[in-house]
Parts: sequence; structure tokens; C-alpha cells
Amino acid sequence: MACDEWRVKLDLYLDGELTPNEAMTVGAHLRECPGCAAAVLERVQIKRSVQIAGKRYAPDATLRMRITKTVTARSRGRIATRWRFALIPALVLLVAAFLLSAYEGRERAARQRIYSELADLHVATLASSTPVDVVSTDRHTVKPWFQGKIPFTFNLPELSGTDFSLVGGRVAYLEQSPGAHLIYQIRKHEISVFIFPEREAEVRGLSSGPARAASFNAQTWTQDGLRYFVIGDAASADILGLSKLLQDAG
Amino acid sequence: MRVFEERPRPSALSFEDLALPLFDQLYNFARWLTQDKAEAEDLVQETYVKALRGFSSFQPGTNFRAWMYRILRNSFLSSRTGLKTTVLLDEEENEGLPVETATPESLLIERANREMVQRALEGLAVPFREILLLCEVEEMSYQEIGETLAIPVGTVMSRLFRARQALRVALRERIEGERRGV
Repeated sequence: MACDEWRVKLDLYLDGELTPNEAMTVGAHLRECPGCAAAVLERVQIKRSVQIAGKRYAPDATLRMRITKTVTARSRGRIATRWRFALIPALVLLVAAFLLSAYEGRERAARQRIYSELADLHVATLASSTPVDVVSTDRHTVKPWFQGKIPFTFNLPELSGTDFSLVGGRVAYLEQSPGAHLIYQIRKHEISVFIFPEREAEVRGLSSGPARAASFNAQTWTQDGLRYFVIGDAASADILGLSKLLQDAG
Repeated sequence: MRVFEERPRPSALSFEDLALPLFDQLYNFARWLTQDKAEAEDLVQETYVKALRGFSSFQPGTNFRAWMYRILRNSFLSSRTGLKTTVLLDEEENEGLPVETATPESLLIERANREMVQRALEGLAVPFREILLLCEVEEMSYQEIGETLAIPVGTVMSRLFRARQALRVALRERIEGERRGV
């Protein structure tokens, strides 16, 4: 074989792309041919110099933090994919706000994650052109609609004589578990009510009571094996009022 | 109150586990492509967001690293800077390897210092620069490079060969320029 033909193989040899047998043959030739040996030397030098020169840039800590937050926060979200990109900045703010909350330890982490998911669901739903799948102000229409779609049933309150009105409902998912998502309105404020089975590890053991998630007010409690969340930008008194109505109905 | 037990979520955990260790390398690669700090940061951020969004469509068992690099590179190519970089390579399919014409230049390359190599790399066309980085810095196999750049292995070989030739020429020019300058 002429040296020209060997030369063609030298790159493959150094890049580890030859079979063991081929590599052995090339190795044997290199021990006998000073010309090809020099060519290999030159290639090794170029390879090595690019390797060294190429490791040039290191990211700074703020970017690392941003990416880590994005990945850890967003990988837990299950909202419609088209909203994910748009909601990244909002989510980062939410996560940052949660970090300041007074709750401690694991419960804080758990609450944080759940509330950020619920806030996502709330915002994404309201921003959607079709926020609800069953559009009705009548609880006797909305409640049966969920039958067969979620693995539990629940009661909705009578709203006559209150400022609340029912807008409609849809099925929501919290960590792959289906639940009910109801939307109520009071004085132009939308409030989301989420109901999930309490047995789901995600919501189990959350302490009940009021919460604040970024600009949202929220309430959560358990009742008859179901975990309720009420979240929205309405005043905390309204959130509490709706929560009371739901508790009485349940 | 019951203690909250965190349930492992394989899909979510594995994205973090797979993607976060690539962060430093992806940033280095992004910076080489964009040649700009802010743009590189945006590019990396965009890559992670897109990868996260598309992770459900990622086929387990296929090459995750090549998948991430491909997302980064495609994002770059559709960015403002990326669109400006003309990808005009009159290669290359079924062309086989070009015949080498240059003589060994060991002595020449020996004189090249790190900064000189960096400048020479900066000056290369993006397709040459990126394939050299993937091969030498990321130490990807031809197969992996092919997956990343969406080209056949034969094209990887010929483009790599041309990229190395281009780098040699650029280094020679720099070294000779320096010699004349002295």
C-alpha cells in the first residue's frame, strides 16, 4: 500500500474510528515508515492543541443558577406545552417568591412545588382561548360532566345570594393524577378551585390553611379524602369565603 | 400530620440527571458558536427550555448528548447570528476523502501557542469550527457527530478532514504573519 493510502487512514486511526485489526495494521506501518510517523505526530499536535484551546469558556454562576432553576422547576410542570416557554420568567419569579415564604424544610419544598404547579395551571388556563371544557354556571351541569373523567366525586355549593359565580370546569393533572379544576368569578376576579384525591403522595400531608403564592392568594384543606386548593388574585377574604362555601357543600 | 414523602419521578429526575452535567460543555460550545457572552447565555437557556419541552419525545436509549447539542445548534442556526453564518460547503456526499496535499508541518504547529490556535479557530467557518470542537473537545465519535449535525458518517469524515486542513492553513498564515511581523 502506498503512503497516500495510509495517510487517509491516519485521522481515523487517531480518532479511534478504526476496528482493532485495522488499527493494529496502521500501528505496524507507522513503526516502519518515518514519513507516516511524522504525519501522525503533526496530527496529534493539532488534535491536542485544539483540545486545549477549545476548552476556553466557563459559564458564570448566575447562569448556572438560572438553568438549574429552570430545569428543576419546569420538569415538574405538566401544563400545556405551548405555555411552558412563555411562563418561564413567571415561574422563576414564583419560585423565588416561594423561597421567601416562612415555611420550613421539606414541607416548604413540597408546598412550593405544588403551588407553583397550581399557579401555572391557573394562569395557563385563564390565558387559554378555551379556558374551560364544560361551560356552565349551573353546578348540576358541571358536576355530572366530571363523571367517568376523574376517579372521585364531589359536591359544589349553591351560590345564590353570594357574589360568586361558576364559570365552568375542566380536568386538570397534578403529577399525572387527574382532578377537577373549577373556575369561579367574583367581581371580575377569576378563582381556580382544584380538587385531587388526598391519597396522592404529592398532596398528602400538606398543612391546611391560607397561603400566598407570588401575587395569588390560596387556601387548602382536606375533606372526605379529597384535597382542595383555592387559588386566585382575588382578596384573601374572597378566597376564604369561597373555601367556606365549598367546605359546607362538601 | 403525616410526613411528606417525596415520590421519585423517573422522567423528571432523569432529565435533570442527564442534562445538568452537560451545562459547562454546552456553554463552551455555545460561546464558540456565537462568539458573544450574552448570546451564548441566551442560547444555552433556550436549549434547556426546548429540551425540557421536548423531553417526552426523546427516545430513551438514543444518544442524549447528541440530542442536546443538536437542539443547541439548531437554535443557533435559527438565531440572528446563526442566520448570518453562511453554511456553504461545496462538499461532500459520496466524495470520499480528499487527497492530502500539504506536507507534515510538525515544526510549524509546535510554534503555535494556545492563543494562536484560539484565534485560528475563531476565524474558521462555523461548520469547520463546530466539527473540530465536537471531535477534539467533546471527543464525540463520528457516529455521534453525525447525529448532532444530522449528516452521514461519510460526510463527517470528509468535513473533518477539510476542517483540519483549513485549520492548518490558518495556523500557517498566523505563524508566518508573526514571523514577518517580528
